[in-house]
Amino acid sequence: MSQDRWKLYLLLGLGLAFLYVPVLLLIVYSFNESRLVTVWSGFSTRWYGELLRNQQLLDAAWLSVRIAATNATFAVVLGTLAANALVRHGRFRGRGPFELLLTAPLVMPEVIIGLSLLLLFVAMENMIDWPNGRGFTTITIAHITFSMAYVAVVVRSRLSQMDRSLEEAAMDLGARPLKVYLTITLPLIAPALLSGWLLAFTLSLDDLVIASFVAGPGSTTLPMVIYSSVRMGVSPQINALATIIVLIVSAGVIIAGLLMGRRSFSRPG
Amino acid sequence: MKERFSGLHSVLQGRDGRRLSRLANIGTPYLWLGLFFLLPLVIVLQISLAETALAQPPYTRLWEWAGDGVLQIRLNLENFALVLGDELYLAAFLNSLWVALVCTLLCLLIGYPMAYAIATAPERARVLLLMLIILPFWTSFLIRVYAWIGILKPNGLLNNFLTWLGLIDGPLTILHTQTAVYIGVVYSYLPFMILPLFANLSRMDMSLLEAAADLGCRPFKAFLKVTLPLSFPGILAGSMLVFIPVVGEFVIPDLLGGPDSLMVGKMLWTEFFGNKDWPLASAVAISLLALLVVPFMMMRHLEQRLGGEDL
Repeated sequence: MSQDRWKLYLLLGLGLAFLYVPVLLLIVYSFNESRLVTVWSGFSTRWYGELLRNQQLLDAAWLSVRIAATNATFAVVLGTLAANALVRHGRFRGRGPFELLLTAPLVMPEVIIGLSLLLLFVAMENMIDWPNGRGFTTITIAHITFSMAYVAVVVRSRLSQMDRSLEEAAMDLGARPLKVYLTITLPLIAPALLSGWLLAFTLSLDDLVIASFVAGPGSTTLPMVIYSSVRMGVSPQINALATIIVLIVSAGVIIAGLLMGRRSFSRPG
Repeated sequence: MKERFSGLHSVLQGRDGRRLSRLANIGTPYLWLGLFFLLPLVIVLQISLAETALAQPPYTRLWEWAGDGVLQIRLNLENFALVLGDELYLAAFLNSLWVALVCTLLCLLIGYPMAYAIATAPERARVLLLMLIILPFWTSFLIRVYAWIGILKPNGLLNNFLTWLGLIDGPLTILHTQTAVYIGVVYSYLPFMILPLFANLSRMDMSLLEAAADLGCRPFKAFLKVTLPLSFPGILAGSMLVFIPVVGEFVIPDLLGGPDSLMVGKMLWTEFFGNKDWPLASAVAISLLALLVVPFMMMRHLEQRLGGEDL
């Protein structure tokens, strides 16, 4: 077995190179002086400067961040409730459809989610005059709907691996169930809540397709700006923007990974 | 104990508390998903049976009160006739399935050795390696697809590199072909294959392999006879996580694909945003949904058997 290990690690290394080289190239060429993204002509940070003066892009980024933060907060609440239901309420009536509804958004093609939610919002607007126009609210609702499913997966696995003896001890000492949940359970699953929040945040920040369907004329999110710019071809400004996003996300993931701790990574299941 | 019978406290514990907890934990997510996930799909089905109209919103109503309390219902099946009968749509559906199938197999071929290497790596390296797999999954999808445009285009990094090596004379045409779509999809979905495979392989009982070795089984044969069959649930879970979303993929065929790489997600997008034909776009969505029900149910069945651990 051991003489085959180096072959296995070679394949792993090649796979990781495949995953990382494109993004690394993107970062390297964001410091390229030339407007032609793929021809190196010297080190420069001019594209970062231009990025900071691009008001349309900054507005879109701010809108996206606000949507992502609101979405993540609601998604964590709903996802945690759903995880509680699945782990703590056993075989309740309607559990099958409940799980079905919670799994489907994970794999449902984005075009279907986007189209269906837009049609819902249009129908609702005709019937009850809400939502009045599309933008922040409709995009956030759409994002919560699929993010909460991801949060539920993360929280559920933490909740089902949790040691329940502390909760039982508190109950034996007369603490009320709600108090036990708030003071003991929540702190114990806090790392999962945080990584669920971060996951929901990045999923929202990343979404082009669903937002394009449910956005109104005045609300352009960051991925929508990137998309329309990318369709025109590669641009050094997008490289600079990509570098910033990759660095922020990597920092977030590494922090979340450290918080989640070694245990939950190395012993899944 | 006296507070057990006083107002709010009695609600928060005992049977009432349990009921309240059920209501919050089960009821709230149920209501949200029913309203914003299930109901919208019903509306899509309804509009797929309507006709296009020059109105706001741009479709006809399915029912109308024709006076005297008579309800008129008009169902229009032409959208489905078009989607199912038109050669262009048929080609798009077949090509989507083909791309999803090829890419799922490629992800499996590349991802299996990676997942196996990580699952059998020393404990400390495993955490780091797993993090390296998860990191790209968190990085913007759009940006990762964009990275390939700069690499694959005619005067892009790959062609420049191959020319510099002297391997090619003129630039290869890769961007805006089906090959570029394969590369983009495999690149974007590889972590979805590796993670469930890893979860499965890391739970495997390695003493089975030792037993096989003790009984004189060669390592490769032991892999075929023991490891591969045992990892089948992981293979299936990873394959479904890749296959189902890829069939409806829009961004990758739009940015990397060319005219020959027609896919359903892109057709739906064009019908909706380009032709403003909402009923036809809805019919495409319903057909796509119907196509994905079988693999989705397979995934659900598997998930229930495994208790949701792999997904």
